[in-house]
Amino acid sequence: MAKEKKKQLPYGTAVIILLVVLIAVIVVAFMLGRYPITPLELFGILLSRFAAAVTSVMRFFGVRASWTITPFWAERQELVLFSIRMPRVIMAGLVGCSLSAAGAAYQGVFQNPMAAPDILGASSGAAFGAALAILLGLGSKLVTLFAFAFSLITVGLVIFISRHTKGKKVLGIILAGIMVSSLFTSATSFIKLVADPADQLPAITYWLMGSLNGVKKSDLLFAFITMAIGLVPLFILRWRINVLTLGDDEARTIGVNAGRLRLIVIICSTLVTAASVSVSGMIGWVGLVIPHLARRLVGNNYRHLMPATMLLGAAFLLAVDSVSRNLLATEIPIGILTAFIGAPFFIYLITRDGERY
Amino acid sequence: MSIETKDIRFAYGEHEVLRGVSFEAEPGQLVALLGPNGVGKSTLFKCMLGLLKNYSGDTLINGKSVKKMPAADLAKEVAYIPQWHYPSFNFSVIDMVLMGTTSQISRSSVPGREQIETAEQALEKMNILHLRDKGYTQISGGEQQLVLVSRALAQKARILIMDEPSSNLDFGNQFRIMKQIKDLAADGYTVIESLHNPDQAYMYADRLIAMKGGMIVADGKPSETMDADLIEKLYGVEVKVHSLRHDRIRICVPNNLNID
Repeated sequence: MAKEKKKQLPYGTAVIILLVVLIAVIVVAFMLGRYPITPLELFGILLSRFAAAVTSVMRFFGVRASWTITPFWAERQELVLFSIRMPRVIMAGLVGCSLSAAGAAYQGVFQNPMAAPDILGASSGAAFGAALAILLGLGSKLVTLFAFAFSLITVGLVIFISRHTKGKKVLGIILAGIMVSSLFTSATSFIKLVADPADQLPAITYWLMGSLNGVKKSDLLFAFITMAIGLVPLFILRWRINVLTLGDDEARTIGVNAGRLRLIVIICSTLVTAASVSVSGMIGWVGLVIPHLARRLVGNNYRHLMPATMLLGAAFLLAVDSVSRNLLATEIPIGILTAFIGAPFFIYLITRDGERY
Repeated sequence: MSIETKDIRFAYGEHEVLRGVSFEAEPGQLVALLGPNGVGKSTLFKCMLGLLKNYSGDTLINGKSVKKMPAADLAKEVAYIPQWHYPSFNFSVIDMVLMGTTSQISRSSVPGREQIETAEQALEKMNILHLRDKGYTQISGGEQQLVLVSRALAQKARILIMDEPSSNLDFGNQFRIMKQIKDLAADGYTVIESLHNPDQAYMYADRLIAMKGGMIVADGKPSETMDADLIEKLYGVEVKVHSLRHDRIRICVPNNLNID
């Protein structure tokens, strides 16, 4: 072994770098698209909105003020920025943040670095729900709702079954997850079989590939609230997740009620995963690999790992989504791209000299 | 801080593991628990630590039943030092020890300056403060065991329960860790540890409890309890017990070297 300790950035530095990267990616994402927006125009548009907000607040307090900025940009650009690009940028960031945080949390809870957000069937449940809704000819809102509901139902079923498993609790949950997940996967295959090959089957296939295309402001509110409900506890409980990685008996003797904490973490992770998958389809890979990259950056302590994972996940998915909608004339589903971009990079990391896994 | 078990009986299904175990340990006492594999030493520890609850009988800490104590309260009284095992994730030594302070902070917070000081003092006491920022998987097995003891000290519990602390350690480290544990007992900790090796139990323990068939078959000073009869009863091996250094050391040597 060449070095005794892996090179890690001090936590504060790492967070600042990740924040800067995230902001840079957000700015670039705003600029790129069919109607490009220059940085100056972007600044102008945002400032004009800010000015309008300040003016209305001052009016509210009875101050007569009017602060306006004469537009030097096309109206169409402003429209595109606020009604199409901004919801999508925020959604990409939220989904990346959620999937990565859920992956990191599951890895800790199951004491297994190979765990990913779909380990308990959240994704296969969502896929089944979405496929079913498409088969029934329901609208896009209901497709999202079905995906979300079936995602939660699947994991609920897994937890219910695991309550009755004998022996090691963690193993019981994982095995129940694999079984229930495979049930829903074959149910989805069956739906594909009976779906109308002219329009339903392509719609299902496209949904399964994962895409943030067509994200609307209404989706955003739903996703934001649901994800906040899950992400805030994951952030707050981040130190205690460390203790869970020691196993149930050790955690209990240290003073942590392992069973209860694990259930809370699973519920929160499932909630954010379900919300992500239901609005974006299947985006694999992120939840497994981003936590690992973050471990490389700041170490395994969840106190630092959780925030770093959240920031890195948001920046990564946003960057990949920007590529997915700008690389070719037709959009490439992001679920395909995440692996294409991420896997080679990850392979480079694990084979690099002087690293040990 | 005294810990007392009262007639603990426990069965895994049909299989009776513990059949009425009662004893009481006092501060300053290093109690060694001897017995063959599968005699129920680990199960007894689980009962005492509140990890198993559906047993008959009770464990009392200063008169309070362990069964009724929430995990966080129990952690302030009793710490557990598990048998060596490979961790799922490589934490730094200081983080590993800091985990012991979890019951001292609120559910929603992270360890602060005070907890870090506690953890550093614990490392200092075990003479491994220099390992502070090393990765747990990058230090030796003996050092890892000391880190786990430090974690128990950072937990600020006065009763320490150890599951075979010297297993998996090389010859030298076995003696080093036993010496540290002995010093902790001298400082007023109540230490209960299960041991493989009767010679070690004799050398370090103040008291020896021997278990066989789910029951205590001997309990007393090592010099009064450890003899060839007990060893044969426990392990089914005929031995001769040799006494060295004015009986400060006793070594069990099998009579028949072709044991079948």
